[in-house]
Amino acid sequence: MRKKIALVTAASLLASVVALSGCGGGNKSGGNDAPPSTQAADAGAGAAETKAEEGGDAGSKDALHLTFYYPVNVGGSAAQLIEALCNDFNAENPDIVVEPVYTGNYDDTVTKLQTAVQGGTPPEVFVSLATQRFTMASTGMAMPLDDLIAADADGQEYINDFLPGFMEDSYVDGQIYSIPFQRSTMVMFYNKDAFKEVGLDPEKPPVTWEELVEYGQKLTNENRYGVGLALNSGSAQWAFTGFCLQNSENGENLMTEDGKQVMFDTPGNIEALQFWLDLQNKYEIMAPGIVQWTDLPTQFLAGEVAMIYHTTGNMANISQNAEFDFGTCFLPGGKRQAAPTGGGNFYISNGLSEDRVQAAWKFIRFMTEPERAAQWSLDTGYVATRQSCFETDLLKNYYAELPQAKVAYEQIDIAKPELTTYNAAEIWRILNDNIQSAVVGDATPEEALKAAQEQATEVLAEYQ
Amino acid sequence: MKKKKAIGAAITVFAVVLGLLWLIPLIWLVGTAFSVPSFHMTLFPTTSFTLDNLKYVWNAIPFGTYYINTLILVVCTFAVQFITSTMAAYALGVLDFKGSALVFAVIFMQIIIPNDVLITPNFMTLSELKLVDTKIGMMLPFYGSALAIFLLRQHFKSIPRALADAARIDGATTWQTIWRVYMPCAKPAYLSFAVISVSYHWNNYLWPLIVTNSPANRTLTVGLAIFAKSKEANMQWANVCAAAFIIIIPLLLAFFVAQKQFMSSFVSAGIKE
Amino acid sequence: MKTYTRKQRELKKNLVGWLLVAPSLVFMTCFTVWPIFRSIYLSLTKYRMGMASPEWIGFENYINLFHSGLFWKVMGNTLYFALITIVPSMVVGLFLATIVNRKSRLTGFVRTAYFYPVIMPMIAIASIWMFIYMAKNGLWDQLLVSFGQKPMNVLSSKKTVLPAMAVMYVWKEAGYLMVFFLSGIQSISEEVNEAARIDGAGAWTIFRRITLPLLAPTFLFVSTIALTNSFKLVDHVVIMTEGAPNNASTLLLYYIYQQGFTNFNYGVSSALTTVMLLLLMVVALPRFLSQDKKIHYN
Repeated sequence: MRKKIALVTAASLLASVVALSGCGGGNKSGGNDAPPSTQAADAGAGAAETKAEEGGDAGSKDALHLTFYYPVNVGGSAAQLIEALCNDFNAENPDIVVEPVYTGNYDDTVTKLQTAVQGGTPPEVFVSLATQRFTMASTGMAMPLDDLIAADADGQEYINDFLPGFMEDSYVDGQIYSIPFQRSTMVMFYNKDAFKEVGLDPEKPPVTWEELVEYGQKLTNENRYGVGLALNSGSAQWAFTGFCLQNSENGENLMTEDGKQVMFDTPGNIEALQFWLDLQNKYEIMAPGIVQWTDLPTQFLAGEVAMIYHTTGNMANISQNAEFDFGTCFLPGGKRQAAPTGGGNFYISNGLSEDRVQAAWKFIRFMTEPERAAQWSLDTGYVATRQSCFETDLLKNYYAELPQAKVAYEQIDIAKPELTTYNAAEIWRILNDNIQSAVVGDATPEEALKAAQEQATEVLAEYQ
Repeated sequence: MKKKKAIGAAITVFAVVLGLLWLIPLIWLVGTAFSVPSFHMTLFPTTSFTLDNLKYVWNAIPFGTYYINTLILVVCTFAVQFITSTMAAYALGVLDFKGSALVFAVIFMQIIIPNDVLITPNFMTLSELKLVDTKIGMMLPFYGSALAIFLLRQHFKSIPRALADAARIDGATTWQTIWRVYMPCAKPAYLSFAVISVSYHWNNYLWPLIVTNSPANRTLTVGLAIFAKSKEANMQWANVCAAAFIIIIPLLLAFFVAQKQFMSSFVSAGIKE
Repeated sequence: MKTYTRKQRELKKNLVGWLLVAPSLVFMTCFTVWPIFRSIYLSLTKYRMGMASPEWIGFENYINLFHSGLFWKVMGNTLYFALITIVPSMVVGLFLATIVNRKSRLTGFVRTAYFYPVIMPMIAIASIWMFIYMAKNGLWDQLLVSFGQKPMNVLSSKKTVLPAMAVMYVWKEAGYLMVFFLSGIQSISEEVNEAARIDGAGAWTIFRRITLPLLAPTFLFVSTIALTNSFKLVDHVVIMTEGAPNNASTLLLYYIYQQGFTNFNYGVSSALTTVMLLLLMVVALPRFLSQDKKIHYN
């Protein structure tokens, strides 16, 4: 009896020693001054990371270790693709080891970035929403990249090669803070079989809001809604940008370009929100309440919704799983056709040593090479970010095979950035909350957007 | 008498029906985790049996690492609590030293205000200590456990002084007295606290979420949440059920085996809380 | 054996006492006492990410909060959620306890069935229930449809989102409270019941007149535990709604998390934490006042 307890106690004592010393040591991820070798060993414990180690570490103890945070907003395989790309980079650059760290969805990634910065161990390079760039700049989390671009012989050429629709999402006060990477736009996916079933021409998707309503009414029946829009927090504001652009007099966006002012409560925007409510309540062609972003593709694939507004990033998922003929098209327009862009850009952390900055920049250049960006686009459904991507055979063949994917690229010409301001997370939340308050019937569209305007103006006051 | 029997039978039937109702989520979870995903959710699986969901999830999420991390977290936290609390409980329950009132005040503070709500200031402390994204950072706030001290102290107090005095006359030091007299007698209290501590840390989410950044430190709950919240996955429920299954199964099995121990642990911890 | 004077012995005892409590005391001071005072201090400052140090602003954070509709909405949600979870889970818990207390061959099974949700992580439970509550395709909406009702999409409506979460919460929590009631019931001596029975009291009368009054202390601490739990557990909000729709499901701790870890606003987050501290202290008050009566503390 006594022996047994003695044994147990001894074991726990041992364990506690481990707890106090062992568990604590070397688990920090990517500290600027943490010894790289232990980090590698620790990260290697992750099944996914193991491959990364094989790829580049090759025993070079002096190699520069960079931590790379990335969110994955598309299902499943994108994480593995990033791992593979990092392996390629590490193999090509024996003096640098990039350790990819999957940090959840975009919101989670922002949280993780912040805790890492606060903890004194920021990742050297990371992908975050393009809309976060004002916040990244003002909190000093990211650095301007202009000097790096200028130092490259082909720097200006490189920047000019990005699609202007994406590149415009990179500037803060005239300086470039981020490089486009996993960029998307919202397109409409529609069920061609359902179109045929109700006597609509499957090759003629709706072009205007009126047609959207008309088609929607035809497509709606007991088991199916005509239109599907995700109105949960974090998704509503994206779709809303689109509808507001479509309904604006001259294509005005929801904010000024410097990210210091928002224009939520214009008559056009109020109409746009009213149109959403009408889809739900007046025409009854869209599910009432709030449908989750993640549920919408599933409902579409199950044949429960005939036309959905969703990201082009879902292309791979839908094309693989659809048991019916599906089409994609530009978003139907009100006063004009327009769509929001979205997605993530590369950033480099502030306050790094020069060699780390150079290594991080090298990594970004590597990841955005035309061939690679093209491959990334076709594996995920994201829109390729550079003009030269579209001259690669990869993309040419892809578009020939899956013409639905091309719509996203063509739509970029009429697309504008989604809501991007200082304190982005807070402003997003304000807009989302108020949109929802109109959707659940707490406020009229006018009241909701007026409230959103007021609250957002207050938050942005300190930047005026 | 007949009427009484009928009522008794009716209550039994009702109890069982209610029990089955309570089991529905678990039945659905297990059924869905082990069957081919379909577009339509059903309570009982309609598609064929498969291990693919489990396989997919196991490969998509580094569950191996998360398991090890969670185990380290749970074991190390308990081990340290075991030692610190035993010492403190002995001092407070047996020694009756000057100034112990102050210690009691701190203990009551923790009982009223659980660490769970102090996320913001505790995160700051942790980042000043440069312990963000470390396992030790995840555990540190729990090393001093008011609950464990309270629980053990009650037990220690009920142990007759004569036993300890006898040991001391035999020349035992303080350590030896704790070791030979108090710890063996308080075995049930240790067991109770072990159950509470392990299930709390196995299930804890918010704090590990805030502290960890990298997969090398993530726990099972954080891993599951990231997976469940990832956008744009399709027909997720089969995979989420499989992931949830992987996470709940160890504790659930332990519970099914040692049901009574679990319940009495929760009772004793709650009452003395 | 050396001999010490009384004073020396006393001194040694105190020293040993303090040495023994030292480790626990250090940890509790650093992670319970210090953060409490720190929250109070930071709540009086403006402190956002990117600022080198907190900037003293007095009560401005509080004034802003008390003037914001959102704060009161969150407080309302928190109290409403507490109410609609603890009352039903106590009633159900007590009910389950009386069922389980009966001697029957099925008691083991029934007890297990009621208690197992207690040891499942809220994260897993919320992930599962999110699908149960999913619009149209979820189990709940399918059940409604099969009864000829309209699907509700409960998580998307401001009226149903908290009650829906509460149902899940009661399912998880009732078994936990059950064991306290069970131990309370079992501690009532059989003689008392027997005496009543001889006097001709029926089972219901005994329950109402004897069991319930004798369970009063149990009620007191069970309600404290349940209240505290409902304040400190918000994992389900993170998973199921993130506060939607329009903050109808934002609870205080989730709001603290959101202000601190997505809006980078430590000052406001600390002010909210301080409000939470006050709330918890109020909850604990009755239990401490009743302590003189030595209920449940020996």
